[in-house]
Amino acid sequence: MNRHKYRVIIPFLAPAVILYLTFVIYPYVRSMYNSFTSWKGVSANQPFVGLYNYQRMINDEFFWNALWHNVQYLLFLPAIILFLSLFLAFVISQGVKGSKFYRVVFFFPQVVLVISIAVLWSYIYHPTVGILTSIAEFLHMEPFFRLFGFDGIPVWVGDPRTVRLSIGAVVVWQSAGFYMILFLAAMEGIPNSFYEAATLDGATRWHQFWKITIPLLWDTMQTAMVYVGLLAFNMFAITQVMVVSGSSTGRPADVLATYLYEQAFLASRFGYATAIGVALFLLMLTLSALTMRVTRRESVEF
Amino acid sequence: MYSFLIFWSIVVIFPMIWVIISAFKTDAEIFFSPWAPPAELMWDNFVRAWSKANIGLYLMNTLAVNLPAIFFTLLFSAMAAYVLARFEFPGNRFIFYAFLGGMLFPIFLALVPLFFLLNSMQLLDSRLGLILVYIAYSLPFTVFFMTGFFKTLPTELLEAATIDGANNFQLFFLVAIPLAQNGLVSMGIFNFLGMWNQYILPLVLTTSNEKYMLSQGLAFLQHQQRYQSDWSGLFAAVVIVMLPTMLVYIVFQNQIQRGLTVGALKG
Repeated sequence: MNRHKYRVIIPFLAPAVILYLTFVIYPYVRSMYNSFTSWKGVSANQPFVGLYNYQRMINDEFFWNALWHNVQYLLFLPAIILFLSLFLAFVISQGVKGSKFYRVVFFFPQVVLVISIAVLWSYIYHPTVGILTSIAEFLHMEPFFRLFGFDGIPVWVGDPRTVRLSIGAVVVWQSAGFYMILFLAAMEGIPNSFYEAATLDGATRWHQFWKITIPLLWDTMQTAMVYVGLLAFNMFAITQVMVVSGSSTGRPADVLATYLYEQAFLASRFGYATAIGVALFLLMLTLSALTMRVTRRESVEF
Repeated sequence: MYSFLIFWSIVVIFPMIWVIISAFKTDAEIFFSPWAPPAELMWDNFVRAWSKANIGLYLMNTLAVNLPAIFFTLLFSAMAAYVLARFEFPGNRFIFYAFLGGMLFPIFLALVPLFFLLNSMQLLDSRLGLILVYIAYSLPFTVFFMTGFFKTLPTELLEAATIDGANNFQLFFLVAIPLAQNGLVSMGIFNFLGMWNQYILPLVLTTSNEKYMLSQGLAFLQHQQRYQSDWSGLFAAVVIVMLPTMLVYIVFQNQIQRGLTVGALKG
């Protein structure tokens, strides 16, 4: 068998390797190069401009605007999503009645087409058609919003002050169930005897949650944190559908991904767009590495 | 604490119920009485969404791309993973890590060169182009996962088949593939949902309306609403897109939850 093994290895590997090299590796390598050219896409001519695109990026207020929005998402989304999903998972794992029902329902938004969620929510936020505004009216929340300097109930996606909050809320709504299921699966792996012993020692549920559940879930939480962090650096589909990009309401919702798309495929600044792509990649890589590093702990074996 | 579960259930379900109810209303009812049930069930909204707004066409386009893409993703990944897991040869580790490395890169970095590559191959705006790209971007994780899977399979059956004189191709298709069924099902579901939700690739690589994928078509309809309102039609379109996946999910919930979360759990 050994003599003929390459007769198997080569044809078995070939389709995957060829497709991967052509459509994945080549574009990535190519875009690293393109980011040093001022390519407009019209001709084969790709003038090499060195670091010009990166210089331009540093002086581009819209780039910083978009990046700042990603950072805002990054500051809030992981904390909110992980806390919410961990809390839901913990309550469900206590063996509540109808836990099966909750598991199914909370996961629903995860199986629905992302774009249809974006469309659905853009109507929930709609100032006349939407239900959110009428709920706020029904609860007489105008004075509450006036506290924050609004003229009444905000127009959500239409208002630069609330647009990212509105989009972020959709992402929380959509992804909490996914991480809940992830945590539930990990919680089921924790032996019951740990909790029984703790109960005998007089530890409260809350105590058990902090002292037993969290430490034993640390690996899963770390993975989840990297995932949500990367999510905060994407946000493309939902933003692109809920907001018209480049319009007056568009800039307050810009993220790096939508700005890159706009620069490449609407403004034909391909060289510049790939430079933004390189920046996005380096940011994501640094972020993942940092998350892993900062959250590293002695992992508890059981 | 339990009341929060009920609260969150309402938060999750209510928007979906609202869109389903609204899909049966007239535009005037949607506009003037967002809370009231429809006076009359407007089935016509669905007919309009399906044929006039092209949702039916977009759905067919999506299936025509996703189904072959999934089939070949599973086949090519299983073949590569089988070899990577079972054979020692120089470069084995290198190829494995090269696939693994692909998962580090954001797809946005590849968009521009990908667009021009497909353009030069005359594959822009074509189903074949999209299928090839979908397969290529599904390979890294699927190869990684299946390699792990093939490594855990018992070798006895494969050895027994070798003694019985099976050649390597028979061994792979008749013994290894059936043994790897569970892993393939998980990866099939994982990739199906990934491709079903794929938005940026078709947005960049498909330009003519009659070839739009579902995500892209729905986003197109949404943007069109700003100029010509057909709210009821759009709501019906959302329901047409939403309901089938929810029904499939209710039936296969365990497999689907497992298939989706497999991406985040350690292999």
